[in-house]
Amino acid sequence: MKCVMLIYESVANLESRKDAGRDPYVAAWRAYYKALVGAGVYVSGEPLKANATATTVRLKDGKRHVQDGPFVEAKERLGGFIILDVSSLEAALEWAARCPATASGAVEVHPIDVDLHDIVVTP
Amino acid sequence: MDDAHRTVETVARASYGRLLAYLSCETRDVAGAEDALSDALVAALTSWPTDGVPRQPEAWLLTTARHRLIDQARRRHVRHDHKGTVRELAAERAATALTGNTFPDRRAELLFVCAHPAIDPSLHTPLMLQTVLGLDAARIAQAFLVPPATMGQRLVRAKRKIRDAALPFEVPTDDELPQRLDAVLEAIYAAYGLGRDDAAGMDAGAEDLADEAVWLARVVRQRIPGEPEVRGLLALMLFSDARRAARRTPDGRYVPLSEQDPGLWSAPAIREAETELSEAASIGRIGRFQLEAAIQSVHAERAQTGRTDWEAVVVFYERLVRLAPTLGARVAQAAAVAEAQGPGAGLALLDRIDRTSVAAYQPFWAVSAHLLRHVGNHSGAAEAYDRAIGLTEDPAARRFLLERRG
Repeated sequence: MKCVMLIYESVANLESRKDAGRDPYVAAWRAYYKALVGAGVYVSGEPLKANATATTVRLKDGKRHVQDGPFVEAKERLGGFIILDVSSLEAALEWAARCPATASGAVEVHPIDVDLHDIVVTP
Repeated sequence: MDDAHRTVETVARASYGRLLAYLSCETRDVAGAEDALSDALVAALTSWPTDGVPRQPEAWLLTTARHRLIDQARRRHVRHDHKGTVRELAAERAATALTGNTFPDRRAELLFVCAHPAIDPSLHTPLMLQTVLGLDAARIAQAFLVPPATMGQRLVRAKRKIRDAALPFEVPTDDELPQRLDAVLEAIYAAYGLGRDDAAGMDAGAEDLADEAVWLARVVRQRIPGEPEVRGLLALMLFSDARRAARRTPDGRYVPLSEQDPGLWSAPAIREAETELSEAASIGRIGRFQLEAAIQSVHAERAQTGRTDWEAVVVFYERLVRLAPTLGARVAQAAAVAEAQGPGAGLALLDRIDRTSVAAYQPFWAVSAHLLRHVGNHSGAAEAYDRAIGLTEDPAARRFLLERRG
Protein backbone atom coordinates (compact mmCIF):
# COMPACT_ATOMS: atom_id res chain seq x y z
CA MET A 1 0.00 0.00 0.00
CA LYS A 2 1.11 3.55 -0.66
CA CYS A 3 1.35 6.10 2.12
CA VAL A 4 2.50 9.65 2.32
CA MET A 5 4.45 10.85 5.33
CA LEU A 6 4.08 14.56 6.02
CA ILE A 7 7.16 15.62 7.95
CA TYR A 8 6.64 18.31 10.55
CA GLU A 9 9.93 19.61 11.86
CA SER A 10 10.82 21.73 14.86
CA VAL A 11 12.19 25.21 14.21
CA ALA A 12 15.56 24.14 15.66
CA ASN A 13 15.76 21.20 13.26
CA LEU A 14 14.81 23.38 10.31
CA GLU A 15 17.52 25.83 11.31
CA SER A 16 20.13 23.06 11.37
CA ARG A 17 19.44 22.32 7.70
CA LYS A 18 21.33 25.47 6.83
CA ASP A 19 24.60 23.81 7.80
CA ALA A 20 23.73 20.85 5.62
CA GLY A 21 27.30 19.69 5.16
CA ARG A 22 28.07 18.95 8.78
CA ASP A 23 24.93 18.90 10.89
CA PRO A 24 24.10 15.53 12.52
CA TYR A 25 20.38 16.07 11.83
CA VAL A 26 21.07 16.27 8.11
CA ALA A 27 23.45 13.30 8.35
CA ALA A 28 20.64 11.33 10.02
CA TRP A 29 18.32 12.27 7.15
CA ARG A 30 20.84 11.13 4.57
CA ALA A 31 21.07 7.79 6.37
CA TYR A 32 17.29 7.58 6.65
CA TYR A 33 16.86 7.98 2.89
CA LYS A 34 19.46 5.28 2.30
CA ALA A 35 17.62 2.93 4.65
CA LEU A 36 14.28 3.63 2.91
CA VAL A 37 15.77 2.98 -0.52
CA GLY A 38 17.71 -0.06 0.73
CA ALA A 39 14.55 -1.59 2.15
CA GLY A 40 12.77 -1.02 -1.16
CA VAL A 41 9.92 1.09 0.27
CA TYR A 42 10.87 4.54 -1.05
CA VAL A 43 8.75 5.94 -3.92
CA SER A 44 9.53 9.65 -3.87
CA GLY A 45 9.85 12.63 -1.61
CA GLU A 46 11.10 16.18 -1.38
CA PRO A 47 12.28 18.58 1.30
CA LEU A 48 10.46 21.94 1.27
CA LYS A 49 11.95 25.39 1.63
CA ALA A 50 11.32 27.45 4.76
CA ASN A 51 7.68 27.97 5.72
CA ALA A 52 7.98 31.72 5.23
CA THR A 53 8.35 31.04 1.51
CA ALA A 54 4.96 29.33 1.36
CA THR A 55 1.97 31.20 -0.03
CA THR A 56 -1.68 30.30 0.56
CA VAL A 57 -4.27 31.06 -2.14
CA ARG A 58 -8.06 31.02 -1.66
CA LEU A 59 -11.11 32.27 -3.48
CA LYS A 60 -13.71 33.93 -1.24
CA ASP A 61 -16.93 34.92 -3.00
CA GLY A 62 -15.04 34.68 -6.23
CA LYS A 63 -12.31 37.03 -5.04
CA ARG A 64 -8.71 36.06 -4.69
CA HIS A 65 -7.22 35.95 -1.22
CA VAL A 66 -3.48 35.56 -1.13
CA GLN A 67 -1.73 35.12 2.17
CA ASP A 68 1.91 34.81 3.16
CA GLY A 69 2.82 31.62 4.92
CA PRO A 70 1.19 28.18 5.23
CA PHE A 71 -2.56 27.42 5.44
CA VAL A 72 -2.22 26.02 8.97
CA GLU A 73 0.08 27.76 11.43
CA ALA A 74 1.69 25.39 13.87
CA LYS A 75 4.70 25.28 16.14
CA GLU A 76 6.19 22.56 13.98
CA ARG A 77 6.49 23.34 10.29
CA LEU A 78 5.80 21.19 7.29
CA GLY A 79 9.34 20.52 6.15
CA GLY A 80 8.89 17.84 3.52
CA PHE A 81 7.07 14.74 2.41
CA ILE A 82 7.91 11.17 1.48
CA ILE A 83 5.79 8.67 -0.41
CA LEU A 84 6.30 5.06 0.66
CA ASP A 85 5.13 1.75 -0.72
CA VAL A 86 4.86 -0.65 2.22
CA SER A 87 3.17 -3.92 3.13
CA SER A 88 0.92 -2.46 5.83
CA LEU A 89 0.07 0.64 7.81
CA GLU A 90 2.07 -0.83 10.69
CA ALA A 91 5.16 -0.94 8.50
CA ALA A 92 4.61 2.70 7.54
CA LEU A 93 4.29 3.67 11.22
CA GLU A 94 7.57 1.91 11.95
CA TRP A 95 9.28 3.98 9.29
CA ALA A 96 7.63 7.10 10.72
CA ALA A 97 9.00 6.26 14.17
CA ARG A 98 12.52 6.00 12.73
CA CYS A 99 12.28 9.34 10.92
CA PRO A 100 14.85 11.80 12.33
CA ALA A 101 12.13 14.47 12.57
CA THR A 102 9.98 12.59 15.11
CA ALA A 103 12.27 13.22 18.09
CA SER A 104 11.35 16.91 18.19
CA GLY A 105 8.64 17.23 15.54
CA ALA A 106 6.06 14.79 14.22
CA VAL A 107 5.28 12.66 11.19
CA GLU A 108 1.74 12.34 9.89
CA VAL A 109 1.09 9.12 8.01
CA HIS A 110 -1.74 9.15 5.46
CA PRO A 111 -2.71 6.14 3.36
CA ILE A 112 -3.07 7.17 -0.29
CA ASP A 113 -6.53 6.65 -1.78
CA VAL A 114 -5.57 4.59 -4.83
CA ASP A 115 -9.18 4.08 -6.00
CA LEU A 116 -9.92 7.77 -6.02
CA HIS A 117 -6.60 8.38 -7.73
CA ASP A 118 -7.68 6.13 -10.59
CA ILE A 119 -11.02 7.97 -10.94
CA VAL A 120 -9.53 11.45 -10.82
CA VAL A 121 -6.29 10.94 -12.68
CA THR A 122 -7.26 9.70 -16.15
CA PRO A 123 -4.66 9.34 -18.85
CA MET B 1 -8.14 12.10 46.88
CA ASP B 2 -9.79 10.52 49.96
CA ASP B 3 -8.94 7.18 51.54
CA ALA B 4 -11.76 5.30 49.85
CA HIS B 5 -10.66 6.41 46.40
CA ARG B 6 -7.07 5.57 47.20
CA THR B 7 -8.07 2.11 48.40
CA VAL B 8 -10.06 1.46 45.23
CA GLU B 9 -7.05 2.44 43.19
CA THR B 10 -4.60 0.38 45.24
CA VAL B 11 -6.79 -2.71 45.17
CA ALA B 12 -7.42 -2.28 41.46
CA ARG B 13 -3.72 -2.02 40.76
CA ALA B 14 -2.73 -4.95 42.95
CA SER B 15 -5.61 -7.32 42.24
CA TYR B 16 -7.06 -6.44 38.84
CA GLY B 17 -5.46 -9.39 37.04
CA ARG B 18 -6.31 -11.91 39.75
CA LEU B 19 -9.90 -10.74 39.95
CA LEU B 20 -10.34 -10.68 36.20
CA ALA B 21 -8.70 -14.07 35.74
CA TYR B 22 -10.93 -15.63 38.35
CA LEU B 23 -14.09 -14.06 36.95
CA SER B 24 -13.32 -14.98 33.35
CA CYS B 25 -12.46 -18.56 34.27
CA GLU B 26 -15.99 -18.91 35.60
CA THR B 27 -17.70 -17.69 32.48
CA ARG B 28 -15.02 -18.11 29.78
CA ASP B 29 -16.04 -14.65 28.71
CA VAL B 30 -13.20 -12.18 29.20
CA ALA B 31 -15.06 -9.14 27.88
CA GLY B 32 -18.06 -9.91 30.10
CA ALA B 33 -15.77 -10.28 33.11
CA GLU B 34 -14.04 -6.99 32.28
CA ASP B 35 -17.41 -5.24 32.16
CA ALA B 36 -18.50 -6.80 35.45
CA LEU B 37 -15.22 -5.89 37.15
CA SER B 38 -15.27 -2.30 35.93
CA ASP B 39 -18.90 -2.02 37.12
CA ALA B 40 -17.75 -3.27 40.51
CA LEU B 41 -14.93 -0.72 40.61
CA VAL B 42 -17.39 2.05 39.78
CA ALA B 43 -19.74 0.77 42.50
CA ALA B 44 -16.84 0.84 44.97
CA LEU B 45 -16.07 4.42 44.06
CA THR B 46 -19.63 5.43 44.85
CA SER B 47 -20.32 3.34 47.94
CA TRP B 48 -16.99 3.15 49.80
CA PRO B 49 -16.69 6.89 50.46
CA THR B 50 -20.09 6.89 52.21
CA ASP B 51 -20.36 3.34 53.65
CA GLY B 52 -16.67 3.02 54.46
CA VAL B 53 -14.07 0.72 52.95
CA PRO B 54 -15.01 -2.93 53.49
CA ARG B 55 -12.69 -5.03 55.63
CA GLN B 56 -11.83 -7.17 52.64
CA PRO B 57 -11.97 -4.92 49.61
CA GLU B 58 -10.95 -7.64 47.15
CA ALA B 59 -13.72 -9.93 48.29
CA TRP B 60 -16.21 -7.08 48.08
CA LEU B 61 -15.18 -6.36 44.49
CA LEU B 62 -15.34 -10.04 43.61
CA THR B 63 -18.81 -10.46 45.07
CA THR B 64 -20.11 -7.32 43.38
CA ALA B 65 -18.62 -8.31 40.04
CA ARG B 66 -20.15 -11.77 40.32
CA HIS B 67 -23.56 -10.25 40.94
CA ARG B 68 -23.11 -8.37 37.70
CA LEU B 69 -22.10 -11.56 35.94
CA ILE B 70 -25.20 -13.31 37.22
CA ASP B 71 -27.28 -10.38 35.97
CA GLN B 72 -25.56 -10.63 32.59
CA ALA B 73 -26.21 -14.35 32.46
CA ARG B 74 -29.87 -13.87 33.43
CA ARG B 75 -30.30 -11.39 30.63
CA ARG B 76 -28.70 -13.86 28.24
CA HIS B 77 -30.86 -16.59 29.72
CA VAL B 78 -33.96 -14.65 28.70
CA ARG B 79 -32.62 -14.57 25.18
CA HIS B 80 -30.80 -17.88 24.83
CA ASP B 81 -31.89 -20.05 27.76
CA HIS B 82 -28.57 -20.42 29.52
CA LYS B 83 -30.01 -21.93 32.69
CA GLY B 84 -26.86 -23.90 33.29
CA THR B 85 -24.64 -20.84 33.54
CA VAL B 86 -26.91 -19.13 36.02
CA ARG B 87 -27.10 -22.26 38.17
CA GLU B 88 -23.35 -22.73 38.06
CA LEU B 89 -22.67 -19.17 39.03
CA ALA B 90 -25.18 -19.23 41.84
CA ALA B 91 -23.63 -22.44 43.17
CA GLU B 92 -20.13 -21.03 43.00
CA ARG B 93 -21.26 -17.91 44.71
CA ALA B 94 -22.59 -19.98 47.57
CA ALA B 95 -19.32 -21.91 47.68
CA THR B 96 -17.29 -18.74 47.96
CA ALA B 97 -19.53 -17.51 50.74
CA LEU B 98 -18.81 -20.75 52.61
CA THR B 99 -15.07 -20.88 52.05
CA GLY B 100 -14.47 -17.28 53.00
CA ASN B 101 -12.74 -14.59 51.07
CA THR B 102 -9.72 -16.18 49.51
CA PHE B 103 -10.00 -17.11 45.88
CA PRO B 104 -7.61 -19.07 43.73
CA ASP B 105 -5.10 -17.45 41.40
CA ARG B 106 -6.16 -18.18 37.81
CA ARG B 107 -3.89 -15.75 36.04
CA ALA B 108 -1.81 -18.54 34.49
CA GLU B 109 -4.98 -20.02 32.96
CA LEU B 110 -5.81 -16.62 31.55
CA LEU B 111 -2.31 -16.31 30.07
CA PHE B 112 -2.69 -19.66 28.34
CA VAL B 113 -6.01 -18.49 26.86
CA CYS B 114 -4.41 -15.26 25.61
CA ALA B 115 -1.68 -17.27 23.85
CA HIS B 116 -4.03 -20.01 22.59
CA PRO B 117 -3.24 -21.29 19.06
CA ALA B 118 -6.72 -20.15 17.95
CA ILE B 119 -5.75 -16.53 18.65
CA ASP B 120 -3.69 -14.55 16.13
CA PRO B 121 -0.11 -14.61 17.50
CA SER B 122 0.26 -10.84 17.03
CA LEU B 123 -2.48 -10.42 19.64
CA HIS B 124 -1.09 -12.77 22.30
CA THR B 125 0.95 -10.05 23.99
CA PRO B 126 -1.65 -7.25 23.73
CA LEU B 127 -4.29 -9.56 25.23
CA MET B 128 -2.02 -10.45 28.15
CA LEU B 129 -1.22 -6.83 28.83
CA GLN B 130 -4.86 -5.86 28.81
CA THR B 131 -6.38 -8.73 30.76
CA VAL B 132 -3.75 -9.72 33.29
CA LEU B 133 -2.20 -6.30 33.79
CA GLY B 134 -5.19 -4.08 33.08
CA LEU B 135 -3.38 -1.85 30.56
CA ASP B 136 -5.73 0.07 28.30
CA ALA B 137 -5.81 -0.34 24.54
CA ALA B 138 -4.34 3.12 23.92
CA ARG B 139 -1.24 2.37 26.00
CA ILE B 140 -0.81 -1.01 24.31
CA ALA B 141 -1.21 0.64 20.91
CA GLN B 142 1.66 3.02 21.75
CA ALA B 143 3.99 0.15 22.48
CA PHE B 144 3.03 -1.79 19.37
CA LEU B 145 2.96 1.24 17.11
CA VAL B 146 -0.59 0.54 15.96
CA PRO B 147 -3.38 3.16 15.72
CA PRO B 148 -5.20 3.08 19.09
CA ALA B 149 -8.67 2.52 17.58
CA THR B 150 -7.33 -0.40 15.54
CA MET B 151 -5.76 -1.99 18.60
CA GLY B 152 -9.04 -1.57 20.49
CA GLN B 153 -11.02 -3.31 17.74
CA ARG B 154 -8.53 -6.17 17.49
CA LEU B 155 -8.69 -6.79 21.23
CA VAL B 156 -12.50 -6.76 21.19
CA ARG B 157 -12.55 -9.29 18.32
CA ALA B 158 -10.02 -11.54 20.05
CA LYS B 159 -12.05 -11.60 23.24
CA ARG B 160 -15.19 -12.39 21.28
CA LYS B 161 -13.36 -15.31 19.74
CA ILE B 162 -12.27 -16.58 23.16
CA ARG B 163 -15.91 -16.60 24.23
CA ASP B 164 -17.48 -17.91 21.02
CA ALA B 165 -14.93 -20.68 20.52
CA ALA B 166 -15.21 -21.53 24.24
CA LEU B 167 -11.42 -21.72 24.59
CA PRO B 168 -10.47 -23.72 27.68
CA PHE B 169 -9.25 -21.78 30.73
CA GLU B 170 -6.69 -24.26 31.94
CA VAL B 171 -2.99 -24.93 32.22
CA PRO B 172 -2.49 -27.61 29.53
CA THR B 173 -1.67 -31.19 30.46
CA ASP B 174 1.88 -32.52 30.26
CA ASP B 175 1.90 -33.70 26.65
CA GLU B 176 0.48 -30.41 25.41
CA LEU B 177 2.34 -28.16 27.80
CA PRO B 178 5.72 -27.60 26.08
CA GLN B 179 4.22 -26.26 22.86
CA ARG B 180 1.52 -24.20 24.52
CA LEU B 181 4.00 -22.83 27.05
CA ASP B 182 6.26 -21.77 24.19
CA ALA B 183 3.55 -19.45 22.89
CA VAL B 184 3.02 -17.95 26.36
CA LEU B 185 6.75 -17.36 26.87
CA GLU B 186 7.18 -15.93 23.36
CA ALA B 187 4.39 -13.45 24.05
CA ILE B 188 5.89 -12.40 27.38
CA TYR B 189 9.29 -12.03 25.76
CA ALA B 190 7.72 -9.93 23.00
CA ALA B 191 6.47 -7.51 25.67
CA TYR B 192 9.99 -7.40 27.04
CA GLY B 193 11.53 -7.13 23.58
CA LEU B 194 9.59 -3.93 23.02
CA GLY B 195 11.75 -2.37 25.68
CA ARG B 196 14.93 -4.40 25.47
CA ASP B 197 18.28 -3.47 24.08
CA ASP B 198 19.40 -5.86 21.43
CA ALA B 199 21.86 -8.64 22.16
CA ALA B 200 24.30 -6.84 19.86
CA GLY B 201 23.92 -3.86 22.14
CA MET B 202 23.00 -1.46 19.38
CA ASP B 203 19.28 -1.00 19.35
CA ALA B 204 18.22 0.57 22.61
CA GLY B 205 14.52 1.20 22.89
CA ALA B 206 12.16 2.59 25.47
CA GLU B 207 11.98 0.51 28.61
CA ASP B 208 8.27 0.77 28.47
CA LEU B 209 6.93 -2.69 29.16
CA ALA B 210 10.00 -4.40 30.61
CA ASP B 211 8.64 -4.40 34.18
CA GLU B 212 5.31 -5.74 33.01
CA ALA B 213 6.98 -8.60 31.16
CA VAL B 214 9.08 -9.58 34.17
CA TRP B 215 5.94 -9.54 36.26
CA LEU B 216 4.07 -11.83 33.84
CA ALA B 217 6.98 -14.28 33.87
CA ARG B 218 6.81 -14.36 37.67
CA VAL B 219 3.11 -15.22 37.48
CA VAL B 220 3.83 -18.23 35.26
CA ARG B 221 6.86 -19.30 37.29
CA GLN B 222 4.80 -19.28 40.47
CA ARG B 223 2.25 -21.58 38.89
CA ILE B 224 4.57 -24.02 37.08
CA PRO B 225 7.91 -23.78 38.88
CA GLY B 226 9.10 -27.08 37.38
CA GLU B 227 9.31 -25.77 33.80
CA PRO B 228 12.95 -24.79 33.12
CA GLU B 229 12.19 -22.45 30.22
CA VAL B 230 9.93 -20.29 32.40
CA ARG B 231 12.83 -19.78 34.79
CA GLY B 232 15.19 -19.32 31.85
CA LEU B 233 13.05 -16.52 30.47
CA LEU B 234 12.77 -14.86 33.86
CA ALA B 235 16.55 -15.10 34.29
CA LEU B 236 17.15 -13.67 30.82
CA MET B 237 14.95 -10.65 31.49
CA LEU B 238 16.45 -10.08 34.94
CA PHE B 239 20.01 -10.14 33.56
CA SER B 240 19.05 -7.59 30.94
CA ASP B 241 17.14 -5.51 33.47
CA ALA B 242 20.17 -5.46 35.74
CA ARG B 243 21.98 -3.34 33.17
CA ARG B 244 19.28 -0.71 32.89
CA ALA B 245 21.15 2.05 34.74
CA ALA B 246 24.34 1.41 32.76
CA ARG B 247 22.80 1.84 29.31
CA ARG B 248 22.78 5.62 29.40
CA THR B 249 25.19 8.21 30.71
CA PRO B 250 23.62 10.76 33.08
CA ASP B 251 23.23 13.13 30.13
CA GLY B 252 21.35 10.50 28.13
CA ARG B 253 24.05 9.17 25.84
CA TYR B 254 23.82 5.57 24.72
CA VAL B 255 26.41 3.13 26.10
CA PRO B 256 26.87 -0.24 24.37
CA LEU B 257 27.20 -3.36 26.51
CA SER B 258 30.96 -3.70 25.95
CA GLU B 259 31.55 -0.17 27.26
CA GLN B 260 29.19 -0.32 30.23
CA ASP B 261 30.53 0.09 33.75
CA PRO B 262 29.68 -3.18 35.55
CA GLY B 263 29.63 -1.21 38.79
CA LEU B 264 26.32 0.23 37.60
CA TRP B 265 24.74 -3.18 37.07
CA SER B 266 22.21 -4.22 39.69
CA ALA B 267 23.81 -6.93 41.84
CA PRO B 268 20.51 -8.14 43.41
CA ALA B 269 18.92 -8.55 39.95
CA ILE B 270 21.96 -10.51 38.74
CA ARG B 271 21.87 -12.72 41.85
CA GLU B 272 18.20 -13.48 41.34
CA ALA B 273 18.82 -14.22 37.66
CA GLU B 274 21.69 -16.60 38.55
CA THR B 275 19.48 -18.44 41.01
CA GLU B 276 16.69 -18.84 38.46
CA LEU B 277 19.13 -20.02 35.81
CA SER B 278 20.80 -22.62 38.01
CA GLU B 279 17.40 -23.89 39.19
CA ALA B 280 16.41 -24.20 35.54
CA ALA B 281 19.65 -25.98 34.64
CA SER B 282 19.17 -28.48 37.48
CA ILE B 283 15.94 -29.65 35.83
CA GLY B 284 18.04 -30.81 32.91
CA ARG B 285 16.05 -29.75 29.87
CA ILE B 286 17.88 -27.06 27.90
CA GLY B 287 15.94 -24.56 25.82
CA ARG B 288 16.21 -21.33 23.94
CA PHE B 289 15.58 -19.00 26.85
CA GLN B 290 18.01 -20.81 29.15
CA LEU B 291 20.71 -20.51 26.48
CA GLU B 292 20.03 -16.81 26.04
CA ALA B 293 20.14 -16.38 29.81
CA ALA B 294 23.42 -18.32 29.94
CA ILE B 295 24.92 -15.86 27.43
CA GLN B 296 23.80 -12.97 29.61
CA SER B 297 25.26 -14.75 32.63
CA VAL B 298 28.68 -14.80 30.94
CA HIS B 299 28.38 -11.06 30.32
CA ALA B 300 27.38 -10.53 33.96
CA GLU B 301 30.58 -12.27 35.12
CA ARG B 302 32.52 -9.26 33.90
CA ALA B 303 31.37 -7.54 37.10
CA GLN B 304 33.61 -10.03 39.00
CA THR B 305 36.38 -10.94 36.57
CA GLY B 306 36.76 -7.70 34.65
CA ARG B 307 36.72 -9.56 31.33
CA THR B 308 34.24 -11.28 29.04
CA ASP B 309 34.74 -14.95 28.23
CA TRP B 310 33.87 -14.64 24.52
CA GLU B 311 34.76 -18.29 23.85
CA ALA B 312 31.97 -19.30 26.22
CA VAL B 313 29.57 -16.84 24.61
CA VAL B 314 30.36 -18.32 21.18
CA VAL B 315 29.67 -21.85 22.40
CA PHE B 316 26.27 -20.83 23.76
CA TYR B 317 25.38 -18.96 20.56
CA GLU B 318 26.25 -22.01 18.46
CA ARG B 319 23.78 -24.07 20.46
CA LEU B 320 21.20 -21.28 20.39
CA VAL B 321 21.39 -20.88 16.61
CA ARG B 322 21.03 -24.65 16.18
CA LEU B 323 17.93 -24.60 18.38
CA ALA B 324 16.36 -21.32 17.25
CA PRO B 325 18.01 -19.76 14.20
CA THR B 326 16.34 -16.37 14.49
CA LEU B 327 17.79 -13.37 12.73
CA GLY B 328 18.61 -11.79 16.09
CA ALA B 329 20.51 -14.85 17.30
CA ARG B 330 22.49 -15.16 14.05
CA VAL B 331 23.54 -11.51 14.05
CA ALA B 332 24.48 -11.64 17.73
CA GLN B 333 26.42 -14.85 17.08
CA ALA B 334 28.43 -13.06 14.38
CA ALA B 335 29.20 -10.25 16.83
CA ALA B 336 30.38 -12.76 19.45
CA VAL B 337 32.48 -14.75 16.97
CA ALA B 338 34.12 -11.48 15.89
CA GLU B 339 35.11 -10.79 19.49
CA ALA B 340 36.52 -14.30 20.00
CA GLN B 341 38.11 -14.96 16.60
CA GLY B 342 38.46 -11.55 14.94
CA PRO B 343 36.21 -9.33 12.79
CA GLY B 344 36.83 -11.36 9.62
CA ALA B 345 35.25 -14.46 11.16
CA GLY B 346 32.24 -12.40 12.24
CA LEU B 347 31.82 -10.90 8.77
CA ALA B 348 31.95 -14.37 7.23
CA LEU B 349 28.94 -15.35 9.35
CA LEU B 350 27.07 -12.17 8.40
CA ASP B 351 27.72 -12.93 4.73
CA ARG B 352 25.73 -16.12 5.08
CA ILE B 353 22.58 -14.21 6.06
CA ASP B 354 20.14 -13.54 3.23
CA ARG B 355 20.25 -9.81 2.40
CA THR B 356 16.51 -9.44 1.73
CA SER B 357 15.71 -10.62 5.26
CA VAL B 358 17.79 -7.83 6.80
CA ALA B 359 16.68 -4.91 4.60
CA ALA B 360 14.95 -3.30 7.58
CA TYR B 361 16.81 -5.07 10.42
CA GLN B 362 18.93 -2.53 12.27
CA PRO B 363 21.23 -4.83 14.32
CA PHE B 364 22.56 -6.51 11.15
CA TRP B 365 23.75 -3.16 9.77
CA ALA B 366 25.08 -1.94 13.10
CA VAL B 367 27.18 -5.07 13.59
CA SER B 368 28.29 -5.04 9.93
CA ALA B 369 29.42 -1.43 10.24
CA HIS B 370 31.36 -2.15 13.42
CA LEU B 371 33.16 -5.14 11.91
CA LEU B 372 33.86 -3.51 8.52
CA ARG B 373 35.47 -0.62 10.33
CA HIS B 374 37.70 -3.04 12.23
CA VAL B 375 38.94 -4.74 9.07
CA GLY B 376 39.69 -1.32 7.57
CA ASN B 377 36.91 -1.29 4.96
CA HIS B 378 35.94 2.32 5.59
CA SER B 379 33.62 2.92 2.65
CA GLY B 380 31.75 -0.32 3.38
CA ALA B 381 31.54 0.65 7.04
CA ALA B 382 30.13 4.11 6.20
CA GLU B 383 27.45 2.54 3.99
CA ALA B 384 26.48 0.07 6.71
CA TYR B 385 26.50 2.79 9.39
CA ASP B 386 24.11 4.82 7.25
CA ARG B 387 21.74 1.87 6.89
CA ALA B 388 21.88 1.30 10.65
CA ILE B 389 21.38 4.99 11.46
CA GLY B 390 18.42 5.18 9.09
CA LEU B 391 16.81 2.19 10.78
CA THR B 392 17.34 3.43 14.33
CA GLU B 393 14.36 4.76 16.24
CA ASP B 394 16.06 5.69 19.51
CA PRO B 395 17.63 9.18 19.27
CA ALA B 396 20.44 8.30 21.70
CA ALA B 397 21.41 5.21 19.72
CA ARG B 398 21.20 7.23 16.50
CA ARG B 399 23.56 9.82 17.94
CA PHE B 400 25.97 7.10 19.06
CA LEU B 401 26.06 5.57 15.58
CA LEU B 402 26.43 8.97 13.88
CA GLU B 403 29.50 9.63 16.04
CA ARG B 404 30.95 6.22 15.27
CA ARG B 405 30.41 6.75 11.59
CA GLY B 406 32.34 10.01 11.74
